[in-house]
Amino acid sequence: MLEVDSYEHNVLARASLDHCVKCTICETQCPVMRVTPLFSGPKYVGPQAERYRHGESVDHSLDYCSSCGTCTLVCPQGVKIAELNSVARAAMKRDHMPLRDQIISRTTLLGTVMTPVAPIANAVLKFKPARIVAEKTVGIHRDAAMPTAQLTTFTSWFKRHTPSTTPTRGKIIFFHGCAGKYFEVDTAVKAVEVLEHIGYEVVVPKQGCCGMPLQSNGIFDAARKSVRTLAGQLQAGPAGVPIVSTAASCAGMIRHEAREIMGVTDDALIEAGSRTYDISEFLLGLADKGELPLDDLKRIDTEVCYHAPCQLKGQGMGTPAVQLLQLIPGVSVVESGATCCGIAGTYGLKKEKFDVGQAVGKPLFDKVKEVNPELAVCDTETCRWQIRNATGAQVVHPIAFIHEAYGLGKATEPKAGSV
Amino acid sequence: MRKLRADVVVVGGGSTGVGVVRDAAMRGYKAILVDRADLAQGTSGRFHGLLHSGGRYVVSDPESATECAEENAIVTRIQPHAVETTGGLFVVTPHDDPAFGDQFLAGALKAKVPAREIDPALALAREPRLNPGILRAFEVEDGTVDGWQLVWSAAASAQAYGAEILSYHEVVAVERTGEAVTGVRCLNRKTGEDVTIECGFVLNCAGPWAGRIANAAGCQPVDVVPGRGIMVAMAHRLVNTVVNRCIYPADGDILVPIHTVCVIGTTDHPTTDPDHLEIPREEVQQMLDAGEELIPGFRDARAVHAWAGARPLIKDKHVAATDTRHMSRGMSVIDHRERDGLSGLLTIGGGKLTTYRLMAEHIVNAMEEQLGVSHPCRTADEICPGNVPGKTYLITDRLHEREEDRLSDQIICECELMSRSMFIDLLEKFPQASFDDLRRQLRVGMGPCQGGFCSSRIAGLTFEEGAVDIERATGLLRLFLENRWIGLWPILSGDQVRQAALDDWIIQGILDVDHLPHPAKEEI
Ligand SMILES: Cc1cc2nc3c(=O)[nH]c(=O)nc-3n(C[C@H](O)[C@H](O)[C@H](O)COP(=O)(O)OP(=O)(O)OC[C@H]3O[C@@H](n4cnc5c(N)ncnc54)[C@H](O)[C@@H]3O)c2cc1C
Repeated sequence: MLEVDSYEHNVLARASLDHCVKCTICETQCPVMRVTPLFSGPKYVGPQAERYRHGESVDHSLDYCSSCGTCTLVCPQGVKIAELNSVARAAMKRDHMPLRDQIISRTTLLGTVMTPVAPIANAVLKFKPARIVAEKTVGIHRDAAMPTAQLTTFTSWFKRHTPSTTPTRGKIIFFHGCAGKYFEVDTAVKAVEVLEHIGYEVVVPKQGCCGMPLQSNGIFDAARKSVRTLAGQLQAGPAGVPIVSTAASCAGMIRHEAREIMGVTDDALIEAGSRTYDISEFLLGLADKGELPLDDLKRIDTEVCYHAPCQLKGQGMGTPAVQLLQLIPGVSVVESGATCCGIAGTYGLKKEKFDVGQAVGKPLFDKVKEVNPELAVCDTETCRWQIRNATGAQVVHPIAFIHEAYGLGKATEPKAGSV
Repeated sequence: MRKLRADVVVVGGGSTGVGVVRDAAMRGYKAILVDRADLAQGTSGRFHGLLHSGGRYVVSDPESATECAEENAIVTRIQPHAVETTGGLFVVTPHDDPAFGDQFLAGALKAKVPAREIDPALALAREPRLNPGILRAFEVEDGTVDGWQLVWSAAASAQAYGAEILSYHEVVAVERTGEAVTGVRCLNRKTGEDVTIECGFVLNCAGPWAGRIANAAGCQPVDVVPGRGIMVAMAHRLVNTVVNRCIYPADGDILVPIHTVCVIGTTDHPTTDPDHLEIPREEVQQMLDAGEELIPGFRDARAVHAWAGARPLIKDKHVAATDTRHMSRGMSVIDHRERDGLSGLLTIGGGKLTTYRLMAEHIVNAMEEQLGVSHPCRTADEICPGNVPGKTYLITDRLHEREEDRLSDQIICECELMSRSMFIDLLEKFPQASFDDLRRQLRVGMGPCQGGFCSSRIAGLTFEEGAVDIERATGLLRLFLENRWIGLWPILSGDQVRQAALDDWIIQGILDVDHLPHPAKEEI
């Protein structure tokens, strides 16, 4: 396949526009269109506008698409609506890339810069004047959710830790994602402890960024490079064993987005993608086969709101976390029923989209506050930051509950080195 | 009965007729153009959309090739708004003789048609969907042209020079006293009124119907052999450059990206009645196969519409009447004074839309010759109203316009991005127009949904604006849908079937259009 950064070459997505019958179902479900007239809607910027695209980009308002992917998910005709938009955005940004989009798209860079000076970074991030400067200069909204930097990275914890059990089930590769490495160390640690607890020998090959933030900001060249490198790194681990991840959106990048949006069809990527699983999906699969020790799960009496992130829904696996959590005695899960939290990767951080993102997330925030204002559950990092920022609730990955139920710690208490 | 007077009456409002009325008016004649329907709904609205570089004819008809090359540049200059400078490619597919390429290049050089061989890899980089097996590729200066925009802006130019344009005026008789034409008798088809126009000259530009006008003047039959050709539009552009097969002109050898669609064509079958041009399914299949040769996967793409047009070829004694493709496309002017002893009547035939301006120049020259006067032709020098010098059409234009007014205007036709104010403004100018008349200028209903969503919206708007009563609104809506259907049923398959089903649920299931009160007689 030809690989040029323009929509013309995205043969698959572009060809799918032919399936559009204008039924408008995508527009009834688009969380952004519902809250702002600034976005013309997925049908408009997707299959409709695509027929007019050639040469210079003229429809800059397509950048109001949050790339949540809901449109593609609900399209009954199989139009790759969100993918069309992502490709068009990449074509547009080639010429008009704001500095801001380049900075927040480089998660690894952000993480390395922040870790050694975590307390300072966190203080700065919580410090209004500094945030106002950030908004004015690079366009990150002063109230936007920002990650909490950690003192230890996951990698250094992993090197130091000793598994609690002797492996009985063989090897498994853990894919932590950038957030797991730098910001959401707690989630990654708990996942490893659970996997080791049930008898896996966890292997963590060196791994870089999947390129998702670059891709969603339309920086395709660099994103392709990232995901290719990552696929190679994952393949360097033990051959053929499952790759399990707590970074739902990064897993989605490897599994389908790199191929569908950026046309990367390398064998390495396809192979690694074919054995990559979301951790809840993986554990639920074990449970279905009777291979997850259910009797050891201790009772936790709680009711929590669970929000399924867009990136997870886009992978077409349903909501395995809901079923998994309900295996724990006493846990009652209320699904948020909301389409999107409004962060959509880095979308809701941008100053011109912050209000849109907040409006998009409002039904979700209300639901969280109604169900349990203290604690909520969600699979992806940025969504957790967004919900936390907007509701004040603590938001954890589903694995935190399994971790607690196996008696390995407490869902609400961080496991390693957070500040 | 209405009576008018003019120096010249031009019969036929296709590209030829408007070119002629513009030229005559610019030379100072009081000119009136009549068409039995709307402007450019004949051949000039049912053609392939190619603004020829001349490349197609460098081997088969070098004279036409040279004319095309010259006129292409002129039309692009005087009516840029109707033209997209897409550029063109001639490609030798694995099934074609690579040696024809040499003949092609030599012919182009001789006919002064700019052409240059390029690396097939370059052609593929430019048009990634092209057959990767192409053996040779040549770059030419083909463009695409919107026949309706071209005709309307030439008409506007004529009007600016005092010409009158009477659409829906059908010529029923050409009046003569003995050896000279004295006028024409028309029927206003909208009102039923008789209209006579006294004049000294009639220029017969009725295209494939030209024989009938000559008959109406009592001349010897003019043998017009309408060459029927079909075209199939695909739902989006599979290429952005005109792609020609580098072979001796044949069926289905050109793919033209025009506006939001790309059009594969065409066929050529001699026919007798230009009012009833069929679109046989086998020819549709033949076109899709031809598309497949140029673009692998073409058959899987979505076809949205098909249409047929008739080449207004005047019989040329040098070739058999059954072989219309190889008749000279060169234009011919018939002087009925020499031929039938009737002065004041000229008939023009042949030609192409690309060379419409030159055709007009020829026939107006012939008229002045008969009149024994001479004025310079200035049609190549002046840009037509509504055009900005050098601003040719871009495929992104409408998307750009909607980006600008998206927060203040409503979109009525979503496929073709026609806004509410575009529709209302044109309706105000043409309150009696049918929806198809408005469509030709606005492209409403021409996209993938083929009017399924927008047709009822425009019916509502037309009523709301007070242009029509409710019965006429319904009648117009039905007429519009019936006309869309003519071009839809021959291509129905795949995605378009699903669309047609959904459209039917809306139009019949929800709106029950067939059973709404509508006028007893058919709407015009
Ligand atoms: C299939 C096909 C593809 C083509 N593709 C191309 C192409 O890609 N590029 C190109 O340059 N050329 C192309 N051509 C050629 C081009 O379309 C024609 O040469 C051109 O449109 C002819 O215009 P016209 O004005 O002579 O005829 P028309 O457009 O047919 O105009 C004749 C007019 O006369 C009117 N009329 C008829 N009878 C009466 C009456 N009694 N009273 C009043 N008015 C009357 C009709 O309503 C009609 O509007 C193509 C032709 C065909 C058939």
